[in-house]
Amino acid sequence: MKLVYFDNSATTRPHREVVKEVSDCMENYFGNPSSAHRLGLGAEKKMKQAREKVARLIGALPQEIIFTSGGSEANNTAIKGVITPGCHIITSKIEHPSVLRVLQKLEKSGYEVTYLSVDSRGIIKLEELENSIKDNTKLVTIMYVNNEIGSIQPVDKIVEIVRKKNKRVKVHIDAVQAAGKIPIDIKKLDVDLMSLSAHKIHGPKGVGALYVRKGIKLEPLILGGGQEWEVRSGTENLPGISGFGVAAEIISSNLNEKIEHVKGIKKHFIERLKEIDNIVINSPYDDNHIGNILNVSFEGVRGEVLLHALEDYNIFVSTGSACSSKKVSEKNYVLPSIGLKECHVEGAIRFSFSYINTVDEVDYTIEALKKSLSFLRRLKK
Amino acid sequence: MKKLLIKFSSEITLKGLNRKNFEDALVKNIRERIGKEYTVQKGSGRLFIGDCSHELIDKVTKVFGVLSVAPADVVEKDIDKIGAAAVEQLKEIEGIKTFKVESKRADKNFPLNSMELSRKIGGIILRNIPDIRVDVHNPDVVVNVEIRDMAYVYSKEYKGVAGMPYRTSGKGVLLLSGGIDSPVAGYMMAKRGLEIISVYYHSHPYTSERAKEKVIDLAGKLAEYTGSMKLYVIPFTKIQMEIIEKCREDELTIIMRRFMMKIAEQIAINEGALSIITGESLGQVASQTLESMYVTNSGISMPVFRPLAGMDKVDIMDISRQIGTYDISILPYEDCCTIFVPKHPKTKPRLNDIEASEQALDKEGLIKEAIEGAEVINVQIGREE
Repeated sequence: MKLVYFDNSATTRPHREVVKEVSDCMENYFGNPSSAHRLGLGAEKKMKQAREKVARLIGALPQEIIFTSGGSEANNTAIKGVITPGCHIITSKIEHPSVLRVLQKLEKSGYEVTYLSVDSRGIIKLEELENSIKDNTKLVTIMYVNNEIGSIQPVDKIVEIVRKKNKRVKVHIDAVQAAGKIPIDIKKLDVDLMSLSAHKIHGPKGVGALYVRKGIKLEPLILGGGQEWEVRSGTENLPGISGFGVAAEIISSNLNEKIEHVKGIKKHFIERLKEIDNIVINSPYDDNHIGNILNVSFEGVRGEVLLHALEDYNIFVSTGSACSSKKVSEKNYVLPSIGLKECHVEGAIRFSFSYINTVDEVDYTIEALKKSLSFLRRLKK
Repeated sequence: MKKLLIKFSSEITLKGLNRKNFEDALVKNIRERIGKEYTVQKGSGRLFIGDCSHELIDKVTKVFGVLSVAPADVVEKDIDKIGAAAVEQLKEIEGIKTFKVESKRADKNFPLNSMELSRKIGGIILRNIPDIRVDVHNPDVVVNVEIRDMAYVYSKEYKGVAGMPYRTSGKGVLLLSGGIDSPVAGYMMAKRGLEIISVYYHSHPYTSERAKEKVIDLAGKLAEYTGSMKLYVIPFTKIQMEIIEKCREDELTIIMRRFMMKIAEQIAINEGALSIITGESLGQVASQTLESMYVTNSGISMPVFRPLAGMDKVDIMDISRQIGTYDISILPYEDCCTIFVPKHPKTKPRLNDIEASEQALDKEGLIKEAIEGAEVINVQIGREE
């Protein structure tokens, strides 16, 4: 049976070129980039190439890229790296846990945090942002694209408002779900910090990056040998980093075509979902939502059960909702925050696409959905 | 030289003519558990292994029938050597103020009787360790001396799980869910020597693969005591769907339970087992009222062991923690089949009503199909094989 992988926002299948690069680095470039000898130099060159490729993905300078162990570390580093004791931080209610958990903990130790609400599309209200910025605001951290509903935040406008109100505020954008999915020109966007992850763009797991605008000094999380310009110590994960470079290079080429292809998949999917009754689309096909995330609530079933039913057809998707029905709203905070009813939160499935997916896979999934739903919905009396 | 000295349950010692069979079973179970690199020697009322590693102690204390194990110094039957070993052992234990010596003379040719021997060794200890005194009623440490082919000296005993040797009381089929109770029930019956075969009812897609993995992990935990565990995974969705479609909502759980029992009984027959074990505790939930148990029990003719029937939940949880299944049981995957729980389940079902409702179902066909679709997994200690 064909495998249909529609869980690309969770992680992606690494490209064959990436796998080859990772394995080639392990075999042939095992030297420590800091070593003085020829093997060290070879590894250092590899690092340099990878840094250039990842920088190119967002239009940054190579020296503005700090490699980390992934998106979560990048988010942690960005936040903890710029704050000063007791300062004020602004974020949204629908951030990734690697932002929210950090801020919740900071609140307990005397920091002040404003959590911006989002509208029914999942987008922050710019007015609320503007009114929240204060003299002691040090950081605004907002995700570019939400991982569950794919809402795209107006980053350019966010930066504009922040700069207008308070020039000392740093803007951090968690772009883990955005890089390689929408064109990013970091210089035009004018943000200060940006988090990236390799495994969301067909790269290896365990590697990510933080863009740090030239001139910004960050307090490091990890101290040690002083790698990555003292911001991130620890011997570099060269195989991962080099694999990240390859993945960034592949996704950057003809990015617009890839984006159009993925949009086509989503459009077709939504079109065909008309054949299924009692559904709600939580991430419509429009400019405010990314093309690779389609979040749908199926009434009368639990998302988790539908997920397992689709597994029988070798179709792999995600649900935001938790296993235990009582705790749905606790585990999933994104869907309720755009005003979804509990039953729609419970029945939500996230299909997330990559440019390597096809329209045929959508058709196959629609048929599987029809069969599964007629079986599962039979039960609800 | 050090040896691990193993004492076994007094129940085995009391077994009269059958005693040898039970002892042999115990030795076989220990051998299976510790592997071929060790040898187990028999000596009147004791077993010995020529190694005292912590890993070995951990394994042997989990074999049913083992009362305790003790790392013993094995020395010549000479008062001074025995005394020296005892002194060494006591020096290694911190913070002791009182002790007593207990002697056992299995070799009656030894010139001193046990009282005299204890007194002599006690004297040596008092002379060699400052500030220590004898307390025969409440000592901090008991120094044991056993005179056999050699003299065995030990002052630290590790408690074993006791009970009867596994596989000396026949076979039973355990209804194993992912919850806290059923692994405890299985453990308790295995402890009485009953060989356990587990059966798990899987409701894909209503329960996830992870729920199944969890049950395999639980079986693996029990296998730390039983050596291995045969696990039947029964596809149960179709039966549940049929009940939901054709029977009353408030009878769903009770009819489901009756199917589970019937399938377990059929597996028991196929496996040559003569009993069924459940983790039911009287009054815990709707399906565990006396009326419900009466109805679930009525469809089958085998004895059903419910070792937890008279236990409180907190006590069940204590055992669960003690045997290491608790942390697995509380993983959240299980409650994925809440969809099958009626809002107001019958707490006092009547057998006639239930039997009448079941007329709508092809019971035999459904049971046969479920058993034919079973996946049988041989779970080894802590993992699947």
